[in-house]
Amino acid sequence: MPGDIFTEIDNDVMRAFFRNKKKRLVDKTTTAAEAVRKYLKDGDYLAIGGFGGVRIPTALIHEVLRQHRKDLGFSGHVSTFDCQMLAAGSCFDRCDAAYVVGLEARGLSRASRKLFESGNLKVTEWSNGALAWRFKAAAMGLSYLPIRSMLGTDTFKYSAAKIIECPFTGKKMGAVPALYPDVAFIHVHRADVYGNCQIDGIIVADDDIAKASKAVIITTEKIVSNDDIRKEPNRTIIPFWCVDAVVEVPYGSYPGNMPGLYYSDEAHIAEWLASESDEAKFKEFLDRNIYSCKDFDEYLKKNGGTKKMEELKKLEHLK
Amino acid sequence: MIKYNNMELMITIAARQLEDGAVVLVGTGVPCAAAMLAQLTSSPNLTIMFEAGGIAPLLQTMPISVGDSRTTYKAIKATTMAEIMELCQAGIVDYCFLGGAQIDRYGNLNSTVIGDYKKPKTRFPGSGGANDLASLCWRTMVVTPQNKKRFVNKIDFVTTPGYLEGGNSREKVGLPKNTGPYKVITDIGVYGYHPETKQMMLLSLHPGATIDNVKDNTEFEMIIPDKYETTKEPTEEELTILREKVDPNKVIIGRS
Repeated sequence: MPGDIFTEIDNDVMRAFFRNKKKRLVDKTTTAAEAVRKYLKDGDYLAIGGFGGVRIPTALIHEVLRQHRKDLGFSGHVSTFDCQMLAAGSCFDRCDAAYVVGLEARGLSRASRKLFESGNLKVTEWSNGALAWRFKAAAMGLSYLPIRSMLGTDTFKYSAAKIIECPFTGKKMGAVPALYPDVAFIHVHRADVYGNCQIDGIIVADDDIAKASKAVIITTEKIVSNDDIRKEPNRTIIPFWCVDAVVEVPYGSYPGNMPGLYYSDEAHIAEWLASESDEAKFKEFLDRNIYSCKDFDEYLKKNGGTKKMEELKKLEHLK
Repeated sequence: MIKYNNMELMITIAARQLEDGAVVLVGTGVPCAAAMLAQLTSSPNLTIMFEAGGIAPLLQTMPISVGDSRTTYKAIKATTMAEIMELCQAGIVDYCFLGGAQIDRYGNLNSTVIGDYKKPKTRFPGSGGANDLASLCWRTMVVTPQNKKRFVNKIDFVTTPGYLEGGNSREKVGLPKNTGPYKVITDIGVYGYHPETKQMMLLSLHPGATIDNVKDNTEFEMIIPDKYETTKEPTEEELTILREKVDPNKVIIGRS
């Protein structure tokens, strides 16, 4: 009963694709709406950077809902609030699940659970480590990586991992297939117009996701000069050739946390969770916060705007 | 007599397991509180890690997410999830703390589904990092309330490996040698595992708890050895630090 592999795993196919990616320093700035329209098609497989409610590309996720993308594939490595948003729009029909439907200490999302309990979703089970290593295998140009977790469990049984023998020690190991997403959304602290990105705090899997994905859309708190990037080249986590579009979105991780800048808006996330208990209330919540907004800026203004962000900045710095 | 609630007791016992100089991987909630308490009492040189990438923070406030910025407050390194899991795989991490909807006599955990996998009655988050941590860290600890719904004969889905089918079945499937479940800390007692069969057995009963409490709240047959201890109560110092410094807003200890 192994799960499905939803994406290409032949590394020669992917090498040929990456060979043809444009590697010139060209200005890639655009808007969130335009970037999603251009790079994300119905049926594509999407990976989202950050950690569920930390450093998330909210502006792009909202666009996915507003533009009614359907039948996406989705990789859920601790996808908490990002999964909840996409589930609310019924945007995906298959999922590599390591951590879904929950919001860690905040509880579980009823609406996401309903989707996962419906039986209408194709789900392949993984662990967080397995998904991180699947992205890493792809970033390394390999078709799989050997790992020592998942063995002996139902998580393994319902995954698409296989058992292999180490050619040197003869020991049993798991093998996880490379994961090459069609599109990745990643929110960063700073990027130049070419897509060279710096991230403060934890990287999660975003260096590997950027290298593994066919198309990468970056939202950034701030656009900086290419000179700024070149001053500290050791700080570049994502280099320009990975990136297809750059969108400047100040406070773009709201209502999620942005390490070093602002904390998560727990009241807003709690309001979302509570609204899911009643269908009409939930629809009204989504209409107000996503479908009726023309862009992320309008959403932010509706929820307290810069005044709210000042409070969340203080909270971030434990003041 | 010192007054404390079950949550305070479980956190204190969990904290005492973490010797100075150990490396522990924690999640949010009870494990995080236990690690903070240990760091402020007996184990100032405790290295705390979070699966999302935070290494050795000096925790000031309880994080809401294992990836939020609290997990890197005055940290030594902020890295990737892959690197954290690789450190576990390389044998650097001594302890991890886990929970789950169901646990069986071998310490296998379910956090994926209740009911049939294809059309589950209840979908839970799934493994997250739990499977990796329990596979790769040296010792796995579970902190959980104990009842018959949780301590079951057969879990609906083996999300995370305990001792699998007991004996040496972990090694047989290829999991790293000498790893596995270490202790289970509940509101009734502290449990370990039989050295050969790897079945769960009572180590100590909390003050006031009885063997009947253990039996009434466990579906499988718990090994009750002739000799077991009475759990040492939290000291006044532990409780003061827990209440004033670790969890002043009673986010965790208020749940009891």
